[in-house]
Amino acid sequence: MLKIFTILADLVTYSWLNLEPGNHLTEAVHFFIEDTTKIFFLLVTIIFVVAMIRSFFPPERTRRFLAGKNLFVAHVLAAALGVVTPFCSCSACPLFIGFVEAGIPLGVTFSFLISSPMVNEVALILLFGLFGWEIAAIYLGTGLLVAVVAGIIIGRLNMERFVADYVWEIRMGEAEIPDMTWKERMDYSKGYVKEILAKIWLYVLGGIAVGALVHGYVPQDFLLRYAGPSNPLAVPVAVILGVPLYSNAAGVIPIVEALMSKGLPLGTTLAFMMAVTALSFPEMVILSQVLKKQLIMTFVGIVSMSIIIVGYIFNMLM
Amino acid sequence: MKIEILGPGCARCKALEANAKQAAEELGLDAEVIKVTEMGKIAAYGVMSTPGVVVDGKVRGSGKLFSVDEIKKMLQD
Repeated sequence: MLKIFTILADLVTYSWLNLEPGNHLTEAVHFFIEDTTKIFFLLVTIIFVVAMIRSFFPPERTRRFLAGKNLFVAHVLAAALGVVTPFCSCSACPLFIGFVEAGIPLGVTFSFLISSPMVNEVALILLFGLFGWEIAAIYLGTGLLVAVVAGIIIGRLNMERFVADYVWEIRMGEAEIPDMTWKERMDYSKGYVKEILAKIWLYVLGGIAVGALVHGYVPQDFLLRYAGPSNPLAVPVAVILGVPLYSNAAGVIPIVEALMSKGLPLGTTLAFMMAVTALSFPEMVILSQVLKKQLIMTFVGIVSMSIIIVGYIFNMLM
Repeated sequence: MKIEILGPGCARCKALEANAKQAAEELGLDAEVIKVTEMGKIAAYGVMSTPGVVVDGKVRGSGKLFSVDEIKKMLQD
């Protein structure tokens, strides 16, 4: 079905713009047209569907659902619900308080807090559109695995004393969960698509533009020499580079796709993208309102280690 | 009338505050718009996704940047 965007790009580049196939400029233009049309089509349609699903899972309901479940089951559910529950990093604190107050174990809460930003619909859409469903599925699977494992480890470390003291004293009110009509769900979803697109469209265009230049002008296998599987430092370096790029997953993924076509190995690519989405300074600053330093450091350390391990495993397998 | 905007101060919360002020103004209501940034208070309302809107002590919506029209509806009934 996505072939139609390749055909469209062929038509525009070769017939309308009359560019010579095979040279640098043509390659770049073709990449830009194919990817912008395809990505924006996917963003609009899939975000709308995801928002519809999300309208059934407000965090208040997720919280009620997770409370009192068997520990392992709760970790897996928390990670899975992290994908569909709406989340933005400014909501991290009330969400954290809400979970802890409902008696959801600390480790389970972290499984949710890790998967929610890391496995988000925008990242999955871009991966699906640019890399195909296999890579999107691998990202979804390993992302959930990282969230479950890191959450279990944090839970085992018994770090409750490193949660800010006042959090334990808060008594949370029970907000009623409004029942939405189908029309309200449609409106919510339309609004959500607009909100997300308004936030990311510029990054997506910029990312695709840079990706197009890399595609057209960077020599084949250029990256293989520097960042190939033979360089053991490539994975940790990719993770460190990924952290400050937070919230620009939308712009980063098209660039990464181009880099991968120039020889960046899959594991390094996955590790980089996970670091971009899962670890962010703004979120840590916000979480420092409810977590003490030691717990934040542990959280960052464990998540980074898990991501690096994922990177090495895929580099070895592929 | 008292309108409280719940949120730690992110861009969405500020936009919501502006919308709430505009909604009250357009309806000609004598409303006081207050920002609530303290986590304990936000949690006490049972709100887990910010920003949230509280009208006269009652949570009317959360987790979304409500439009001027949507807030007007909350203020009218």
